[in-house]
Amino acid sequence: MSATIGPVAVNTFREAVRDRVLYNLVLFALVMIGAAILVGQISIGIEQLVIVNLGLTAISLFGLVMAIFIGVGLVYKEIERRTLYSLLAKPIHRWQFLAGKYAGLLLTLGVNTAFMTLGLAAAFFYVGGRVARADVSIVVAIYFILLELALVTALALFFSCFSSPMLSTLFTLGIYITGVFANDIHEVGEFTQNSAVLGLTRAIYFVVPNFHNFNAIAAAGHGDAIPFSLIWQNTLYATLYAALLLIAAAAVFSRRNLK
Amino acid sequence: MSAPAIEILGLTKDYPVGFWRPKMRRSLDNLSFEVLDGEVFGFLGPNGAGKTTTMKLLMGLIFPTRGTARVRGRSIDDIKMRAEIGYLPEQPYFYDYLTARELLDYYARFSNYSASERRERVGKNLERVGLGAASDVQLRKFSKGMLQRVGIAQAILHDPPVVILDEPMSGLDPVGRREVRDIILDLRTQGRTVFFSTHILSDAEMLCDRVAVLASGKLQGVGAPREIVTMQAQAMEILIEAREGCALPAALAGQSTRIGPRTRITVPEQQLYSVLEQLRDCEARILSVSPVHPTLEDYFFKLVGGSAPERGLEEISR
Repeated sequence: MSATIGPVAVNTFREAVRDRVLYNLVLFALVMIGAAILVGQISIGIEQLVIVNLGLTAISLFGLVMAIFIGVGLVYKEIERRTLYSLLAKPIHRWQFLAGKYAGLLLTLGVNTAFMTLGLAAAFFYVGGRVARADVSIVVAIYFILLELALVTALALFFSCFSSPMLSTLFTLGIYITGVFANDIHEVGEFTQNSAVLGLTRAIYFVVPNFHNFNAIAAAGHGDAIPFSLIWQNTLYATLYAALLLIAAAAVFSRRNLK
Repeated sequence: MSAPAIEILGLTKDYPVGFWRPKMRRSLDNLSFEVLDGEVFGFLGPNGAGKTTTMKLLMGLIFPTRGTARVRGRSIDDIKMRAEIGYLPEQPYFYDYLTARELLDYYARFSNYSASERRERVGKNLERVGLGAASDVQLRKFSKGMLQRVGIAQAILHDPPVVILDEPMSGLDPVGRREVRDIILDLRTQGRTVFFSTHILSDAEMLCDRVAVLASGKLQGVGAPREIVTMQAQAMEILIEAREGCALPAALAGQSTRIGPRTRITVPEQQLYSVLEQLRDCEARILSVSPVHPTLEDYFFKLVGGSAPERGLEEISR
């Protein structure tokens, strides 16, 4: 199994590297350098808080942009350019191809996030940060960002199996934004007296992936501890949801005619 | 008689056409034939005849509406079947950020070769298609002909017993075409089965043990190129020298071409004796009577000449 998924994943990673996708790291580095210099001049006593907040937000945003914009083209581009034809003529199942593409993009996002984390650490130490026990929450926040990216990538890949990149971007972004506000939408429904609205908001709350729970940036900035139960719940939630999306993507893609 | 390498059994493919209330259109209609083990088999037909559709069905890239096919006894639904096939898609395009060597190495990984085996096979096959010197050039810098050669190299990389090539001569210059012809002949010498589609009928005539002609999604005929063309009514060519002052009968004038003092008359075989009678009456000197050997091209145009692809697609009411 890994003999077929592995090469596809490595090739997807190689494509991202050769298409200079990781050049976004240069932009990230510039943001962090600029922020570190600016923060040192305008904030007193909260430099580390500002740097951690800014750095984690940038890591999340850069990752999201990559996950969505590369993810929506993962399958579509291969069909449009007909690169898929020669590959699927080899003894490889379509679901293995999808799993390989997914793993390849996760690898790219992982490497990207790792470099950005190093950049954040450099900026953190530059503004006088010292490693403390509470800083473990920064690592957890980055882990949550990775889980969020894994889920967004699965969403983008799912849509990429049957729609154009533009529509897939709209669908993925729409679901992501809805998911970020999932808790608020649920509360609005609970306040209303209308049973139809309540039913709709509940349906959204339970069906759309809840991205709100993956945001631990504020807690990390203030050095607040993140409960261990949230870590495993988020891990399980992201894993199961992404697996379901990949299974659905494989079911759609397995019967698709490649015209 | 050899066992079939490819068995196509009543393959039918319908496509929906249109966005709102799509109608089904038939692009392949109950296609059945066999490609025997070890033969070079040509698949001929105009654009839109259904050649690429058939090949994509064989490779599992699209799914049949009805019917099935087997390659070396295995169903096309069986993924193991693909280990025994090499496939070149029509107008192939590959990952252009890779070099030719990296691309072949990537494909070789799906055949579970060791690193040293992969290196050896990749190098050998790149040399074989004349790309040895361009092995480490990124594919985005390759011409169409070079991409075609890379496509052939990846199709034969794992020494498959059955090779399916969709328009392998397309985009190649005369030298490239000759090299592809040599590769196909080489594959035949090695006992492999080659099933290829082409528009270039002279290549099919030269290379193929048998051909199938497809038009409008329907099979028009299968057989050896020489056999298939002689299935048509033969024409006879009569070369004469007409006597001074004696005109040919008016009925023959339309079928004749004058070449200096001589006249060449082409008539259907069944009219030969009556035409000879007429020529005797006008005291023409008969220099030769010989059969006209139709070419595969003649046969092809006779079969598909009036079949435009748009008209070829049959609409199905559902």
